[in-house]
Amino acid sequence: MAWLKKLVGAVIVLGGAAAVAGWALSAPVRLDAAAVAQLGPGDAAKGKRIFYAGGCTSCHAKPGAQGDARLELVGGLELKTPFGTFVPPNISQDQKDGIGAWSEEDFANAMLKGVSPSGEHFYPAFPYASYARMKPADIADLYAFMKTLPAAAGKAPDHKLSFPFTIRRGIGLWKRLYLSPEPVIALPEGTPDKVLAGRYLVEGPGHCGECHTPRDFAGGVKKGEWLAGAVAAEGSGIVPNITLGGGMKDWSEADIANYLETGFTPEFDSVGGAMVEVQRNMAQLTADDRAAIAAYLKAVPPHPNGYPARKPAS
Amino acid sequence: MRKLVIAISMLAFAGSAAYADPIKDRQALMKERGKLAGQISKVVKGETPFDAAAVLDALKALEANAEKFDADTLFPAGSDKGDTTAAPKIWEDMAGFKAAEDKFLADAKAAVASPPADVDALKAQLNTLGGDCGTCHQTYRIKKS
Repeated sequence: MAWLKKLVGAVIVLGGAAAVAGWALSAPVRLDAAAVAQLGPGDAAKGKRIFYAGGCTSCHAKPGAQGDARLELVGGLELKTPFGTFVPPNISQDQKDGIGAWSEEDFANAMLKGVSPSGEHFYPAFPYASYARMKPADIADLYAFMKTLPAAAGKAPDHKLSFPFTIRRGIGLWKRLYLSPEPVIALPEGTPDKVLAGRYLVEGPGHCGECHTPRDFAGGVKKGEWLAGAVAAEGSGIVPNITLGGGMKDWSEADIANYLETGFTPEFDSVGGAMVEVQRNMAQLTADDRAAIAAYLKAVPPHPNGYPARKPAS
Repeated sequence: MRKLVIAISMLAFAGSAAYADPIKDRQALMKERGKLAGQISKVVKGETPFDAAAVLDALKALEANAEKFDADTLFPAGSDKGDTTAAPKIWEDMAGFKAAEDKFLADAKAAVASPPADVDALKAQLNTLGGDCGTCHQTYRIKKS
């Protein structure tokens, strides 16, 4: 029976090694000193643009808030997904319930690395997998702008998730697969600045790919089907394909920019669903920013729809 | 006499057919609404010159369209099935759905009551009306492939 003992021993050693490796690989990784040094002092006026490009208020305002109440970032919306219900937290300037006590470095670690001040992983329902592509200066400007927003007391309820998604440490492994500051679409040398600016807005702060790209079994964005549309994570329905392989292929750049400004498609249908909030944020950007987004969308490789065709009416 | 009976029954059938498909009816109403918004938008974008009379006609047509929108007739129970992008939320929250539509009607009436004198005034009205489109579609419509 000596061989059995050896086998058991080997299994224990291997299992232990895997556990140690898994523990090491899943550790939260913060920004290094060089990256922190790049942040610099932020400019609140410039940060306002980033705030609307990022759509922070769409998830973090109180559900149904209108007007100035949309700047009270108390959280509490429920995002019902196959992994469970995510509840965006209070990110107002409240010292206790919000992020009023966070340093600029804390904020940058949350946005770029998905790590909380106490060293925990955030769930990627907070789209830091996109924000990781943002420029340090923009993070600093956004931090400065958010400092000008009101403090609003009240903790949002906790996420309601099912096992194994309750284990935050596992997100560390997810990040090794899906977290990268590199652009999704490589653009050739000599690409016009407008397209590059659009790429930054769409892939970074705008986090368009989070909803408009299908995800694999582990919840990572399938970069090979970038912006091909997807089955909606919440509820029924789909999020449209916004590559030239989808229904927007005949839209001109001006049509796309006009849609983002007014909410009307070239056929004079109106914006709907979760895009309503997004469009209202995009309407706050400059005409140049909207034109840049349009130019980039025209440069993205076309894909067939990332969702199944509609079943015939029964 | 026989012919008359047949003719009447055919007419009755045609009449009932028109009501038998609320999905088609409500889609036709929405299509018309989009077309009118398109006409107004062209003026706002400067693609068609501002003509106060034509603009007022379009706004009046929008008001008439909104008047025709009767949620009880167009969205009866059971009409969430079939070739429709109506969200189940309509039947879960019929009061909210009707309130969203009432706001559109009120805004269309207000626009007709104070006809825009220039493109800027029209633009403000279109923003309000277009915002109503989005507010309703945000909650009460789902996107399908």
